[in-house]
Amino acid sequence: MKIRHLVFVGLLLVGAAVLLAACGGGPAASGDSEEVLYFYNWSEYIEPELFDKFKEETGISVIEDTFSSNEDLLAKLQSGAEGYDVIVPSDYMVDQMIDLDMLAELDHSKITSIGDIDPSFADPPFDPGMAHCLPYMWGTTGIGFNWNDWDEAPDSWSYLFEPDLAANFAGRISFLDDSRETLGAALIYLGYDPNTTDAAQIEEAKNVILAIKPYIAAFDSDSYEDNLLSGEFGLVHGWSGDIFTAQLEDENIDYAIPREGAVKWVDNLCITADAGADPARYERALKWIDFLNQPENAGANTNFVWYATPNMNATPYIDQEILDYEAVYPPEEVFNKLYWLEPIGDALEIYDRAWTEITSQ
Amino acid sequence: MVAPGKQATLSRAERLPGVPAIRIGNVVLSAYSLLFYLFIYGPILILIVYSFNGSRFPTRWAGFSLEWYHKLFQNRAMGQALRNSLIVSSSSTAISTVIGTMVSVAIERYRFRGRTPLDAMLFLPIIIPDIAMAIMLVAFFGLIHMSLGFVTIIISHVAFNISFVAIVVRSRMTTIDPTLEEAANDLYANEWQAFWRITFPLLLPGILGGALLAFTLSLDDYVITFFTSGPGSTTLPLRIYGMVKTGITPEVNAISTLMMAASLMLVILSLWIQGKGDAMG
Repeated sequence: MKIRHLVFVGLLLVGAAVLLAACGGGPAASGDSEEVLYFYNWSEYIEPELFDKFKEETGISVIEDTFSSNEDLLAKLQSGAEGYDVIVPSDYMVDQMIDLDMLAELDHSKITSIGDIDPSFADPPFDPGMAHCLPYMWGTTGIGFNWNDWDEAPDSWSYLFEPDLAANFAGRISFLDDSRETLGAALIYLGYDPNTTDAAQIEEAKNVILAIKPYIAAFDSDSYEDNLLSGEFGLVHGWSGDIFTAQLEDENIDYAIPREGAVKWVDNLCITADAGADPARYERALKWIDFLNQPENAGANTNFVWYATPNMNATPYIDQEILDYEAVYPPEEVFNKLYWLEPIGDALEIYDRAWTEITSQ
Repeated sequence: MVAPGKQATLSRAERLPGVPAIRIGNVVLSAYSLLFYLFIYGPILILIVYSFNGSRFPTRWAGFSLEWYHKLFQNRAMGQALRNSLIVSSSSTAISTVIGTMVSVAIERYRFRGRTPLDAMLFLPIIIPDIAMAIMLVAFFGLIHMSLGFVTIIISHVAFNISFVAIVVRSRMTTIDPTLEEAANDLYANEWQAFWRITFPLLLPGILGGALLAFTLSLDDYVITFFTSGPGSTTLPLRIYGMVKTGITPEVNAISTLMMAASLMLVILSLWIQGKGDAMG
């Protein structure tokens, strides 16, 4: 009977599915027979060939999962997901995670390549002395623009803060919705330190922003790159990574680091507290972090991701095309004018008051 | 573009007095339908076309190319995510189809204590918002100290799929005449034989329909999967969503096109099977 055949085929399909599940789930589930490391990363944020190379060198298989934002990462770990060994939070998230006791300390004696980290990244304010995390990739907060509007890259804060110049983009300018970032940009434009606690300087920065307020379309940290793509915004203050993402969709979009200086940010390799509590997992995690920071591997990652590596000895392994791209690797005089946003304690109130005035007027 | 058609209708209207309102109505209706289908299928068409684009920019057409399909087959992370998705969907479909079918047979054919509450509760997973269900499941897994991963995702998917399978199977069940089973019993078939020889073959199209629905729902679930996934179990939707932050490439178009082709084939297969089933029934 034909119907029997159909049932048979159906059962066969189900059987095949279960078999597939069994085979597929096998290697991932049975961590005893084989050494496995769970790496929780941003998507497309590593050269995939490094997984094979690491396996060859150490016998450890790396299983990568991906998240889409720092907040997702935090939510996932806080909702009780255990088992991730190495994670890649950005700087401010590292700060939060240290406060929440979610990260293990980094045993520097096991990271043979720790001396390769550029001194300007070796003591980040969110994790002094790299006690918990090793910097992985870094970028800046600068200006996103469209080549249709420019013959030369707008590599100066004056295009945003000088009223005559900003008027060219009236109603099409956006700034990050972040008091430290945006006031920090104005402070750098004025030649001050973005971490200043001097009320007079902050006041001055506030007035700079108020003067161009009529031209500002929005204070936006979430969707400015989409608005830049659609043409609704012409000139945006934003994070380099976001602009490079937009660039993937439209080659006319580009990014410039202002020559007056800018704020820098960094994504970090950290070991979760639950991996830190298990010596075998902790050992594997250290090996993986050390491996990723070998100059050759760090260079390979930069070639794949197009983000700058904080490893100063990786330069010979990086494609010349990337080294020449000033939006990723700024010239030395600009590089020396990149600032961390440091914790400033009570002075944050001065920033917040100025910010309230700016956004409410 | 509209003008010639309109004239044509009007000239016909002159020949047929009394009808023009309907004729114009027809034109409007076809135009509306056309727009409607364009609205629904336009984006899908664009997605498919751009999976063959030589350029990585969706703003520019750079000629036909299979580059993104080639890249897709070399992208191990994407392959792993697809495999994870297939593992989750096929196992949760298999389990929920069996349980869902048993539940609907039980509710339709037998009277037992707790039947009415069970009947009512069956709809719960369909009505509850995904996010609420996700939080409940995570809290539950935390409570029983179950580490998150494939098993928890599959359990969660089974939890919502049972309802969908049961509803589809029950609607088929109501069309089956219970006297057929009674006749089988009269002819000395025990309940087991009566089920496999009579009920099951008649029920098969419904079961397959329910299974296909469950498979699809499981394959593209994001919210519940996000909360219940653990190390090593990133599914395709999680992976693609993750790419939003670091750049979506036409590889996503390519994999979507392939998945659409696969599901189209599944639908055709199920229609064909259902046709066979009906012909035999």
